[in-house]
Amino acid sequence: MTASLEPNIQPDLIETLNTVSDPEIPVLTVLDLGVIREAVEQEGKVLIKLTPTYSGCPAMDVISDDLKAAFAKKGKSVEVSLVLSPAWTTDWMSEEGMQKMEAYGIAPPLEATADKDALLGNSKLVKCTQCGSTNTRLVSQFGSTACKALFQCEDCGEPFDYFKCLK
Amino acid sequence: MEKEHLYQYIVGIADNNLVLGQRLGELCGHGPSLETDIALTNIALDLFGQTRSYYQYAAQLSAQHQTEDDVAFLRKEREYRNVLLVEQPNTHFGHVIARQFLFDVFHYLFLEQLLHSKDDTLAAIAAKAIKEVSYHKRFSSDWVKRLGDGTEESHQKMQEGISNLWRYTNELFEMTAYENEAVKAGIGIALSELKQNYYKEVNHILEEATLSVPESPYFQKGGKEGIHTEHMGYLLADLQYMQRTYPNMNW
Repeated sequence: MTASLEPNIQPDLIETLNTVSDPEIPVLTVLDLGVIREAVEQEGKVLIKLTPTYSGCPAMDVISDDLKAAFAKKGKSVEVSLVLSPAWTTDWMSEEGMQKMEAYGIAPPLEATADKDALLGNSKLVKCTQCGSTNTRLVSQFGSTACKALFQCEDCGEPFDYFKCLK
Repeated sequence: MEKEHLYQYIVGIADNNLVLGQRLGELCGHGPSLETDIALTNIALDLFGQTRSYYQYAAQLSAQHQTEDDVAFLRKEREYRNVLLVEQPNTHFGHVIARQFLFDVFHYLFLEQLLHSKDDTLAAIAAKAIKEVSYHKRFSSDWVKRLGDGTEESHQKMQEGISNLWRYTNELFEMTAYENEAVKAGIGIALSELKQNYYKEVNHILEEATLSVPESPYFQKGGKEGIHTEHMGYLLADLQYMQRTYPNMNW
């Protein structure tokens, strides 16, 4: 399936790419998020293919500028192009990214079936990022950004964001 | 398919998103609760994102070297091809949800087909958009049920929204000349084939929400040919204000 396609990233560019993070979730780098589909250096120019998480995600413009700034520090110019296909999926987020996200206070996406159950309020599967209880309740399908839903823990009372599964 | 006609076909799809997104954007800071306010504006953001992808593609095809902003902001009322449903005013929350629900069910069925378009760019936009629209549909269907099967007042207002907007549903399946041409080219969607599934799904949810399916003796159309309801002019005055007042401004 296209969803499991490995991105084509030139190894010596990884270090610089890792200095650019998501402006909304600063603990995640662009590589953790899986939004970089290609990064290669050709004739002194770094060519990057970026894919949006959601069509209207305002972070994409910022990420694009940040990439240019990060490589400019290394004396390299960058050309960023936006690619829509194949469409981004939460499967492309790294395992490490998921852990960092949870530590930051955002519950990471469950797998697709569990996600649907949780968002329909059929079962309690989303874990509170504060106390770890799964006795949580969906407050709204849309949270602080389009990619998140709002939950509240019934045990410790903590309201928190859940990063929705996108397949 | 001729470039100019493909341009018209794409703009026709995108205008629905732009105008509905504008209506939802009007609710920013005015939603009935913080959560619904945020949800509706998030949906608007998704719609605008999708619209940008469509307009960027359309602008590439235009002979007049247009930009996405030109396409979005600098046309006259008659040149917008959105359906009448999406331009209807916000009135009350029952209306907002009814309009969203009646459009979302259509939008999802439409994108399901556009995924298979022979036009790679349109297929890619559809693959991206359908993931977002599945959340929109879930949100609006849930609210239809919650309000319909809620208190006496919420039921009455939800029914009012559905009944008042029902007359605009049939236009979703009207075919223009450009659409027929796009279908022939394997690019576009034969909308009439979505109709049966649309009403089946809508009626099923209305039933679950204890709402009655309106029996409309007549349906209204015209938006897809550029003939809009009186609300459209006011909406465009808001939408186009900045570009008309400060031409060529950008972020």
